[in-house]
Amino acid sequence: MIPELGHFALALAVALAFAQGVIGIFAPGLRDPRAMRAAPALALSHFLAIGAAFLGLIYAGVVSDFTVENVADFSSSAVPLIYRISGTWGNHDGSMVLWCFILSLCGATVAAFGQNLPASLRARVLGVLGLVSGGFLLFTLTVSDPFTRIWPPPLDGAGVNPILQDPGLAFHPPVLYTGYVGFSVAFAFAIAALIEGRIDAAWGRWVRPWALLSWCFLTSGIALGSWWSYYTLGWGGYWFWDPVENAALLPWLTGTALLHCAIVVEKREALKAWTVLLAIATFSLSLSGTFLVRSGILNSVHSFAAAPDQGLFILGLLGLTIGGSLLLFAIRAPVLAASGIYAPLSRESALVLNNIFLCSIAAVVFIGTLYPPFANLLFGIQLSVGAPFFNQTVLPLTAPLIFAMAIGPLMPWKRAALAPALQRLWLAAGAALIVFLAATAERHVIAALGLAGGIWVVIGALTDVAERIRLFRIPLGASVARLFVLPRAAVGATLGHIGFGVMVLGIAGMTLATQKVIVLTPGQSTELGGYSWTLNDIHDAPGPNYSQRVADLTVSKNGQPFLTLHPSRRFFTAQKVVTNDAAIHTNGFQDIYAVFADEPAGSHGAELRLNRHPMAPEIWFGGLIMALGGGISLSDRRLRVGAPSRNKKPEGAVA
Amino acid sequence: MSPLRRRLLFGIPLAVVVGGGTGFYTILRRMQENDYDPHALPSPLIGKRPPAFTLPGTAGMQGFSNTDLLAPPRPMLVNWFASWCVPCLQEAPMLAQLAKSGLTIWGIDFEDNAAGALQNFLAQNGNPYTRLASDASGLTAINWGVYGVPETYFIDKTGIVRWRYAGALTDEVVASTLNPLLKQYA
Repeated sequence: MIPELGHFALALAVALAFAQGVIGIFAPGLRDPRAMRAAPALALSHFLAIGAAFLGLIYAGVVSDFTVENVADFSSSAVPLIYRISGTWGNHDGSMVLWCFILSLCGATVAAFGQNLPASLRARVLGVLGLVSGGFLLFTLTVSDPFTRIWPPPLDGAGVNPILQDPGLAFHPPVLYTGYVGFSVAFAFAIAALIEGRIDAAWGRWVRPWALLSWCFLTSGIALGSWWSYYTLGWGGYWFWDPVENAALLPWLTGTALLHCAIVVEKREALKAWTVLLAIATFSLSLSGTFLVRSGILNSVHSFAAAPDQGLFILGLLGLTIGGSLLLFAIRAPVLAASGIYAPLSRESALVLNNIFLCSIAAVVFIGTLYPPFANLLFGIQLSVGAPFFNQTVLPLTAPLIFAMAIGPLMPWKRAALAPALQRLWLAAGAALIVFLAATAERHVIAALGLAGGIWVVIGALTDVAERIRLFRIPLGASVARLFVLPRAAVGATLGHIGFGVMVLGIAGMTLATQKVIVLTPGQSTELGGYSWTLNDIHDAPGPNYSQRVADLTVSKNGQPFLTLHPSRRFFTAQKVVTNDAAIHTNGFQDIYAVFADEPAGSHGAELRLNRHPMAPEIWFGGLIMALGGGISLSDRRLRVGAPSRNKKPEGAVA
Repeated sequence: MSPLRRRLLFGIPLAVVVGGGTGFYTILRRMQENDYDPHALPSPLIGKRPPAFTLPGTAGMQGFSNTDLLAPPRPMLVNWFASWCVPCLQEAPMLAQLAKSGLTIWGIDFEDNAAGALQNFLAQNGNPYTRLASDASGLTAINWGVYGVPETYFIDKTGIVRWRYAGALTDEVVASTLNPLLKQYA
């Protein structure tokens, strides 16, 4: 009964979404205030309808209703409760419902919190969101219905893919989707602005919190996914340049660019058309990222395969959404004129530079990801583009970005001079140089450059704060007092930059990782990274829906044992899959990482993969700091308080 | 900028998307008709000679260049590997067995920068390679179209790549593909 109700709620949501779309887009043109007020009400009820459908699907998973095909195929009664819930979105059909649910949540939030928006703009924004949502709901309902029943029902379900039975992955899709889908609001604002033909500072102020919120989620989602692959896939990698990862990275890059240039629209009313284009591009990349990887066109480890006819439906939807919005852009955007004027050397130019680098990286990743299928299609050449290409092309583009990142925030608006900004960075430059020299003395240059770059960004960002609170120039107490009244947007921006620097430190540190793959029998030890690793024992241990073999390892330094590790091999009997559960010990600056890879026949020992990863935790720690910075920036007064009151400029920003 | 040029400029994103969309449509249609498999991972080198390269030797062994592969006396394998790669470790006994049976295997060590790691690897797993070069920068790997290590290329007596296998060589692969190739090109 519940699945039928869910199915009905889904159908209801389609109708409500299209009504929201049509009324929202056309009501402002009719100048009918009642119709314009209908849009928020429709957005809220559309959200409630999808919410009901989503709850119905979760309910079917929780009570293990195997008459529902989706539950029978992707869950089983032996799976722990949390994975029965997360299993709901661990497959194509269910994840579509989650996707639409989050999209409608975005619409409901605009409806509920957008009271300070002009009624016509709000109606149009909701209209765009309604049309997008309606399209994808229609897709879900017609060709990927998660509520399909089967008869006779199987005795037990096929189970959740063992590799997905992990807390990190239970929350990775919702967080990542919120990031992807959140950009739909910035997109809807861009389309609404193109329809209205007007973009001003207030528009920038409305768009930015939405872009920032989705950016925070996207950053956390990517970090969570990378962390998950680091500790479950068992070979210590954290980024593989897989098409699905690239699909998440692309909107992150353009979304980061959008965050930065929306500031220019807000403060200086320049770069309007470019900001609109970035808003469209970011959501378009989110959309194509989510769906093209499912169409089976791109080679990927994420096997979310949908049938090609579903692919054609999705492609049609993408074509309408992306093509339609870019057509509107081509017609309406050329008339958007910038009113703010700035010198080639200024904060505005620094932000343009940021955009150029971020978008170049995005272009390189985009081409590298799409080149193989297109080369095959156009020239019949079959080739693969892998990590070597991306490492060689993305790193050189990241270096100038890192260099400029510390300088940009120190430049004032309108017109700046390079010398004073550089002068204030002497500490960052000195520290970076020392780190570089110390690191080149024994290690290779790339790691040294990365470490120096990370230090440069972190100290550069701190310098900005020190300037703003006039540290050491006025009494310390007064500086601390200034620290607490700094605009939260400034604190958030600083944290965002520090987080990026910390992540760069982590990535650079990882290039110094030491690894060893070795077969040990109990009692034997080996040396790696200044530690002695001893295998004490291999034994069996029980698990809820798997059996496992556990290796007990002791790690000692200078003969003193300081750590025991228990990596295991898990045998999931239902799916006949073996996973390696890595044992990771971290002290915040270094991971000691052991994987029990195999028990080679005839050796009576364990094949172990031992790793020492210096700075590895900083990669995810940095991502967390970035997301936190975004969150703090979101709580800034000017975003909470609707009236566009111009804050007094902090003195530190004036050269 | 003239208004017309400005209009054309703003139409570029649309043109890119229309082009991309048409491409994807064609690919999806061909996938439906089963004459396009995006998951196949064939090598661009099949039927050709390896691209120009010269790589230094490593671990005290002689390196090689593409000219050394022009006319081997017998069919041979070029094996891409790295000491940090787990499948390479799993593949090592298979390579040792092949080397023992008389097949010539030349190795290219891919992006192995940790000091002593390669020596450890060879000491523990044996050294099946007659020559061993090092591609520390990974640039030659790009030219070869290496997807990941381990990867094995079969080169015939005329120096032409006849087969590429991505992943660890297993008994099945050797029995079903490599052995017939060795007979065919003997």
